[in-house]
Amino acid sequence: MPREALTKPGKLITLSISIHRLKTVFFKAVFLFAAFMLLAFSRADYGDTIVVGSIGEPRTLVPILASDSSSGTICGMIFNGLLKYDKDLHLTGDLAESWSVSDDGLEIIFYLRKGVMWHDGEPFTAKDVKFTYERLIDSGIRTPYAGDFIMVKDFQVIDEHTVKVVYGEPFSPGLSSWTMNIMPEHLLKSEDLNNTSFSRMPVGTGPYIFKSWQTGEKIELVSNHDYFEGRPYIGRYIYRVIPDQATLFLELRAEGVDFSSLTPLQFKRQTQSKFFEKNFRKFHYPSFGYTYMGYNLKDPRFRDMRVRQAINYAVDKDEIVRGVLLELGRPATGPFIPESWAYNKDIKPARFDPDRAHQLLKEAGWSDKDGDGILEKDGGKFSFTVITNQGNEQRRMTAEIIQRRLKGVGIDMKIKIIEWSTFVSEFIDKRRFDAVLLGWGLSLDPDMYDIWHSSKTKEGEFNFVGYSNSEVDRLLLEGRRTFDRDERTRVYHRVHEILYEEQPYLFLYVPDSLPIAHRRFKGIEQGIGGIGYNFIKWHVPKDEQKYRR
Amino acid sequence: MNRLIISGSIIVLFFAGLALFAPLLAPYDPGMIDIDNILTSPSGEHLLGTDSLGRDLLSRMVYGTRISLLVGLIAVGISAFIGVILGSLAGYYGKWVDALIMRFVDVMLCFPTFFLILAVIALLEPGIVNIMIIIGVTSWMGVARLIRAEILSLKERDFIYAEKAIGASDFRIITRHLIPNAMGPVLVSVTLGVAAAILVESSLSFLGIGVQPPTPSWGNILSEGKSVMGAAWWMLFFPGLAIFITVLGYNLLGEGIRENLLKT
Amino acid sequence: MIKYIFRRLISMVPLLFGITIITFTVIHIAPGKPTDMETQFNPKVSLEARDRIAKLYGLDKPLHVQYADWLRRMARFDFGVSFVDSRPVMKKISERIPVTLGINFVSIILILLIGVPIGISSAVRENTFYDRAMTVFVFIGFAMPTIWLSLILMDLVGVRWGILPVSGLKSLEFERLGLLEKIMDVSRHLVLPVFVSAFAGLAGISRYMRTNMVQVLRQNYIRTARAKGLSEREVIYKHALKNALLPIVTILGLSVPGLIGGSVIFESIFSIPGMGRLFYESVMSRDYPVIMGVLVIGAVLTLLGNLLADVSYAAVDPRIKLE
Repeated sequence: MPREALTKPGKLITLSISIHRLKTVFFKAVFLFAAFMLLAFSRADYGDTIVVGSIGEPRTLVPILASDSSSGTICGMIFNGLLKYDKDLHLTGDLAESWSVSDDGLEIIFYLRKGVMWHDGEPFTAKDVKFTYERLIDSGIRTPYAGDFIMVKDFQVIDEHTVKVVYGEPFSPGLSSWTMNIMPEHLLKSEDLNNTSFSRMPVGTGPYIFKSWQTGEKIELVSNHDYFEGRPYIGRYIYRVIPDQATLFLELRAEGVDFSSLTPLQFKRQTQSKFFEKNFRKFHYPSFGYTYMGYNLKDPRFRDMRVRQAINYAVDKDEIVRGVLLELGRPATGPFIPESWAYNKDIKPARFDPDRAHQLLKEAGWSDKDGDGILEKDGGKFSFTVITNQGNEQRRMTAEIIQRRLKGVGIDMKIKIIEWSTFVSEFIDKRRFDAVLLGWGLSLDPDMYDIWHSSKTKEGEFNFVGYSNSEVDRLLLEGRRTFDRDERTRVYHRVHEILYEEQPYLFLYVPDSLPIAHRRFKGIEQGIGGIGYNFIKWHVPKDEQKYRR
Repeated sequence: MNRLIISGSIIVLFFAGLALFAPLLAPYDPGMIDIDNILTSPSGEHLLGTDSLGRDLLSRMVYGTRISLLVGLIAVGISAFIGVILGSLAGYYGKWVDALIMRFVDVMLCFPTFFLILAVIALLEPGIVNIMIIIGVTSWMGVARLIRAEILSLKERDFIYAEKAIGASDFRIITRHLIPNAMGPVLVSVTLGVAAAILVESSLSFLGIGVQPPTPSWGNILSEGKSVMGAAWWMLFFPGLAIFITVLGYNLLGEGIRENLLKT
Repeated sequence: MIKYIFRRLISMVPLLFGITIITFTVIHIAPGKPTDMETQFNPKVSLEARDRIAKLYGLDKPLHVQYADWLRRMARFDFGVSFVDSRPVMKKISERIPVTLGINFVSIILILLIGVPIGISSAVRENTFYDRAMTVFVFIGFAMPTIWLSLILMDLVGVRWGILPVSGLKSLEFERLGLLEKIMDVSRHLVLPVFVSAFAGLAGISRYMRTNMVQVLRQNYIRTARAKGLSEREVIYKHALKNALLPIVTILGLSVPGLIGGSVIFESIFSIPGMGRLFYESVMSRDYPVIMGVLVIGAVLTLLGNLLADVSYAAVDPRIKLE
């Protein structure tokens, strides 16, 4: 799934930097000088427009219905959650000024920011939070996010600026679920959210105000001068829909687009020219996701753990990272990104070792008796089909590389590329596959109950490989029931270890996000989670501004 | 023989030769991946350069000729088959058979063909066989109309009455006398159809629902070329050129035949 | 004449039935459900949520019930709402149709302005070098893969020379421009796409024109005209041209579906929000109401186009009586 690099703008207290540097100087001078510096540092210019180019178009701007990355990107500019992730990926207050979790982890109290206004001038209050929560658990609404919120046993409005959430049992992913964007009650209480004009002209509390949407062309937002974290410097945000990757790149080259994501090839081979050096700035950092090949564990061939381990030895992950990602990414060893605290750094990835693979396959009873280069067991040849979704060049290339490597150890792998909707409903949901090449996008909380728990194997659920391990089951439950970071770290490190040992997936790689931005935008800082968290501080010096209005 | 036929035939035969002798002509195994030689520009070693997995482009182009021509020819074969059968039934039996078939033709002609192809391919699974079938099933209407018109004018001729008089079956009359005599215009339409089918395959590949990898077709090499455009001009240029020349060849050939028919 | 039109309109009814049945079948033979897109592949989306969505869309009902429902709404010109964004299908289509028809209209005019003279002059100079060269020229246009030509032109004209916009329909500052500047702006954006589609369409019209003209020139009355000693100019422009031009009207009527359907590729490449892209997007997201809507409206436009062509053909050609 494509992910947009520019996600949610965050807050940053810029003044602290300047004051820090000057702490040895005489107090009064400090004060005066700091005041001066304050002016100098914050003297970024307002104005100009950023044109973001994207292949996809948002489907809806009702935040609780938005499930695609384009909708998420735009909603993130217009709305706020109670909480958000900061530069270092820690949860921090957004519409909630602060919060407290009871010792047993069952109750969270959010203290809401006062004086926040919706874009139409109405004040934001606890009623809006309650309204959003009620819509999330309303079974008549097509929201994909209900899962986390049905764990809430009781929701109480304590006063206009305080809400209390009570869970039936401790639920650690619960806190991060409150990054969900909050919607205005006064505009939506009598609307059918499934079918409302709000989805195309939303009103939020965020740094940008919705202005217009020309279907198939662009969405235009303007800065919110009264934003509670300060007026964003960039005056206008335009989201241009350019459905073809090649055209998008040509537009970038013609400077018709200021911000976009690159493919590894574009990053390495197409943006090295003087022109790009001079006019653009590229970034790369790990994306929140990994790509894997999952086995159908009902298949007797793959039920044998030795076969899965053999494939792990037979496939050279470094080669894939080199060939497909052009080194812009890393091999994966498990279901977390390496930056996460849940990632177990003690796991050493298996070396590429076809001999070891041969040996393991032999132990599992596979050998080439008729000399055609393909292994046999009980008269059957080792031949299987991997399916992947259409429209992802990287997965296609990865499949072709794996195909060649497996041939080297006597396994015949066929590739079938299927359009997404069919892929999911006919193959994944119905378990009609030998192996799948797919990726998971990760949320920041490491809870993976839905993917690995043995109860989640019904049609349409996400443990479609049919993985079942009682220790993992127990650990997953433990992991979502405790709030203690050390405890959770221990739990997820162990899960990581088991999964790598048992290889229900062949973990392949964590690709990098590769955004590119026009050089006239200053103040772009890269945090652990990428760029974009301080979007409201991005600015363009007056003399470099391109769009005037 | 006119010059259109000659120049068209030369092109058509050239590519048919490539397709036929692909294993002899391709310098490398078209599936041989070489991660250390990704997208190298044309050189003595790789005459047309390499693709994004380091495979030899010339070899892939040569094998791609097979697939692209096969798609074109079989799709057109299917469309000619359906068109000839329905067209001759309509023309020979007339009355309600004719009315029914021709209304069906009218309905089919109302759809933007490419939309219909797109819908069915995308909704089924893309793959060589499906592509050939669907292009065929959505493009027979022209042939049916041609055959029907020819047969309408032929069936009143004396030799048909003679056949009937000696008790020849309808099947025999249609297959032995009517269809062969109506073949001329069908040949033109078939030749032009091959060209159109090749273009449709490349359009489907552009949309990601064409011939599936690792099988090379001109269309999917072209669409890969699009995504690496700017880093590797050869990936866009050569497949485009091949499609262009081939389609041109079939068109010239078809036009040539048409002109010859008009003269006689 | 009015009676004829009326009869033709009546005869469209069974055709329309055929059209809706084919569209409905095409869509429902397919695997995949619209709910897949809605929820994407998100571990946070529960199974219950997906079932809930399917029920809301009425997808759990049997097929013939779904068809009957759809037909009943069709009778009231209600095409339903899109599965993707809940907007009325008619609204989504009417947003896109002007762009596609507009571009095609301009390119058709261009094709006629260039293609007809090429056809005539080729026919007059049948089998000369000029005739051969023109044949090859128009087929070059037809044979160029749209993608290929478009990308090359965008790179050359839009990026390297920088004289025309690369893609899109309007500049970002469009709203602030004066009327004249607006027209200029849109025209500049349309140059490349119109050129690409016109170049591809040139072959059809010019070849057709040539064939007609060649045939007309062999007719007896042309021989008579020549025998009378009329100048070659007079023969061609006064007598032959009129008769050769007539069938073009029919061709235009028949080409309506191609106009709507042929635009998927260049609309995607030039990022123009037209019918082609709408259709492609809705196919990819299994947006049944929109797919049905586009196919049915496309087909109806075609029927009307054909009727219009027949009527105007009769209007200009006294030999044809509409009965």
